[in-house]
Amino acid sequence: MVPIEYYLGLSAILFTLGALGVLIRRNAIIIFMAVELMLNSANLLFVAFARLYESMDGQIFVFFVMAVAAAEVAVGLALIVAIFHTKRSINVDEINLLKG
Amino acid sequence: MISDFVLFAILAFVAIASALGMLLSRSAIYSALNLILNFITVAIFYLLLDAPFIALTQVTVYAGAIMVLFLFVIMLLGVESLRSKTTLSWQQPVAIALAVILLIEAVYVIFIRSGILPQAVEVVDGFGSPKAVGEVLFNEYLLPFEVTSILLLVAIVGAILLTMRQHTGREYLEMEKTDGTD
Repeated sequence: MVPIEYYLGLSAILFTLGALGVLIRRNAIIIFMAVELMLNSANLLFVAFARLYESMDGQIFVFFVMAVAAAEVAVGLALIVAIFHTKRSINVDEINLLKG
Repeated sequence: MISDFVLFAILAFVAIASALGMLLSRSAIYSALNLILNFITVAIFYLLLDAPFIALTQVTVYAGAIMVLFLFVIMLLGVESLRSKTTLSWQQPVAIALAVILLIEAVYVIFIRSGILPQAVEVVDGFGSPKAVGEVLFNEYLLPFEVTSILLLVAIVGAILLTMRQHTGREYLEMEKTDGTD
């Protein structure tokens, strides 16, 4: 196994790219995908540290993160579909009213 | 040992390149396909880290179910290439500067502030196998596991409700309208 620092660095880069995606893209679906990228970089660290300390708890936590991410995606995409039906757009700059 | 480094370098390159591809591609479909490649690369990292069960869950749940849902919604709404009419032009350079600051902070904390981390040793046979995951999941983490099932149920009901309300709301308005004319 390569040293854990390599995984830490890779995870930091992937998390930064995800955060950058949330900030620079205006398409709500792509913002959502960038959030998934950030969740995934955190998962990578959980598994890396579970391997380092030989404990199963990190892997179990990744399992729960995946379940929560699945629920989040289902509700989030339903929200995007509902917004698209009323506004005919999913550009986040145009979604600026709480009351549609 | 040297083969481990080469494999890590190639996989890290693919992961970062596909993440960048997701960020920069104009079409949402290409973004989703790049993200699927990224998830599969991370699944191979899980295999290298002795987590075969999590690796296969990653492929089936993330690269499979979640990304198919994304692709389905992109194609359903027909928003492959959103016109990039930005109203806040100053936002992009500020975002890039903030991301660079975040990366520098992370590198500082990880490589300079943190102490020396222990080196990994050989794991016992069967570490990360479905049997090992199941034993921990259904003994120590039984209550969180059951709570997760409730969370998924709530998510299903919420998703149906959010997409239904539009429809029933319009029907309700039409009903009101016909009532008014009568």
